[in-house]
Amino acid sequence: MSEATTPVDVHAAQVRKFKLQDMFFHQVTLVFAFIVLAALVGILISLAIEAMPVFREFGLGFLWTNVWNVPEDQYGALSAIYGTVVTSVIALIIAVPVSFGIALFLTETCPVWLRRPLGTAIELLAGVPSIIYGIWGLFVFAPLFAEHVQPYLQELVGDTPIISGWFAGPPIGIGILTAGIVLSLMVIPFVASVMRDVFETVPPQLKESAYGVGCTTWEVVTNIVLPYTRVGVIGGIMLGLGRALGETMAVTFVIGNANRIVGSLFAPGTSIASTLANEFGEADPGLHISSLFALGLVLFIITFIVLAISQWLIKRGIAKQGI
Amino acid sequence: MNTQRTLLKLSTLVAAMSLSLSALAVDITGAGATFPYAVYTKWAEAYKAATGNQVNYQGIGSSGGVKQIKAKTVEFGGTDAPVKESDLDAAGLVQVPTVMGGVTIVINVPGIQSGKLKLDGATAADLFRGAIKKWNDPAIAKLNPGLKLPDLAVTVAHRSDGSGTTYAFSHYMAKQSMSFMRDVGAGNTVNWPVNGVGGKGNPGVAANVQKIAGTIGYVDIADAMKNKMNFVALKNKAGNYIVPNQDAVADAAAGANFKVKGMAPDLLDQSHKNAWPITSATYILAYEKGADASKQKGVVDFFTWSLNNGQKMAEDLGFVPLPANVVKMVEAEMKNIK
Repeated sequence: MSEATTPVDVHAAQVRKFKLQDMFFHQVTLVFAFIVLAALVGILISLAIEAMPVFREFGLGFLWTNVWNVPEDQYGALSAIYGTVVTSVIALIIAVPVSFGIALFLTETCPVWLRRPLGTAIELLAGVPSIIYGIWGLFVFAPLFAEHVQPYLQELVGDTPIISGWFAGPPIGIGILTAGIVLSLMVIPFVASVMRDVFETVPPQLKESAYGVGCTTWEVVTNIVLPYTRVGVIGGIMLGLGRALGETMAVTFVIGNANRIVGSLFAPGTSIASTLANEFGEADPGLHISSLFALGLVLFIITFIVLAISQWLIKRGIAKQGI
Repeated sequence: MNTQRTLLKLSTLVAAMSLSLSALAVDITGAGATFPYAVYTKWAEAYKAATGNQVNYQGIGSSGGVKQIKAKTVEFGGTDAPVKESDLDAAGLVQVPTVMGGVTIVINVPGIQSGKLKLDGATAADLFRGAIKKWNDPAIAKLNPGLKLPDLAVTVAHRSDGSGTTYAFSHYMAKQSMSFMRDVGAGNTVNWPVNGVGGKGNPGVAANVQKIAGTIGYVDIADAMKNKMNFVALKNKAGNYIVPNQDAVADAAAGANFKVKGMAPDLLDQSHKNAWPITSATYILAYEKGADASKQKGVVDFFTWSLNNGQKMAEDLGFVPLPANVVKMVEAEMKNIK
């Protein structure tokens, strides 16, 4: 009898042990996951608390008031929001087509021996610290841009209504447009490598059968690759946008740091992140520091909205694919 | 084998020495203004070599320095903007100056060499508040007969980060022009005009001035000299056009009365003949009655040593040492730090 029960008992003990281990593992990983959530909520709450005095003083009007006057303690977020959004949009306008081209070249038309070195180079570019882009932008790119590109652009647009306003003002090299261009360079490696990765997930059978019925490369890309990878491509673009919105040091160097909205893209401006980097160190206690926290909160919310939109687009993409 | 044994012996000796040193030495920590960071760390290095005592200074900004000393996380705080007398009394703090500097106006106008352009305070203020938009403006031409001024747009290069340099410069400008006070204001961060370009730190402003034709900017003398920038000659209160240098800053201090609580007389626009108008000092703050007497003494010892042995080091870095009579007064005032 005893001989018969012992092996069963050993087995039960082992199962219990495994169960315990599983539960322990589950709990530990749960705690880890909740640390992230707690940090996120904690940051949001502390930003909101510190920003309260500003919203109490100026109300929600803080968000769309175009004034940033430290000596007179008058603050509004509009110029910083404008700079953040416009530089990010410029960055995406440049980065998306270029990244798309890079990814397509790497996955479709690049000779095999060149794929690895090119792919690695792009990934290395993603690892360059942002301050390097900032220094390069200020000392190398901005003077060249002021001397060779800006006067040419102004000549090109001439007196065209509206558009000439975008390129008005003295060509000083630094400003909103320069910040957007430098940002695009920083975003390209991220977007391009995500796009390349998702393009590579397209089953070769699909592409080969398309080529088999006589499709050109372009037709394969627009009819097979893109529809198949739409979700991933949107994800990559949003990742780039997220990076562009929050980029601090590189933008601080080249945006010109002027807290106002001038219609021209050649004019200096400011972004939320660069305002924080510039003014936090010596901000006066009271409304000034509180309005910087409020700016941080605004950036947090903008990033959240971008993420939410991308999630929605991805969900919709998946749903469409299902049909 | 032999060398290994010697090495071992040596390392134990060094370890023992460093242990005994750290037992005796008083480590003190300060934090604050970034402007004197270079000279404080240079002094700390020399002081450690001379006495074995370690002084750490963190350049976190003037308002940070005041916050940290009030929170008692450091033994001394550094600030460029002097704390008001009433606040000093309320917090029980002693404030003394340590070293001086000057802010200079620099330009990048093709065809105009360093020191050749003359400006008075009011015209400079009009340039910096964006009222003068072209370099060939009659107001500039009137002060500079014979100088060929180009038809070039004026760009104002300013600090984008809050800064003691901006504090000194904007206060001087505000003294010269009510319009400047109204449009731009005075403080660590001010409201620059539309034709302004912000750069981070003195090097950021220096870079913008050197890269953009038609700029006028302000940086501290040390940075301007290091970058070989083009100065303007600025009219001082005595009516002389002064090209900034360390002697002119020292002359401004010589005319000031440091016998006030907080030892922060207004050094701007001094009336001595060769005084550089935009002169300022940087200050340290320490508690009158500190929690740890040995650390309090450490602060006094460090600055007493530095003020007496560090003049040359300060000069080499582009700072201006305090005049001898002021050093005596600082030493007397520091007796209150206990």
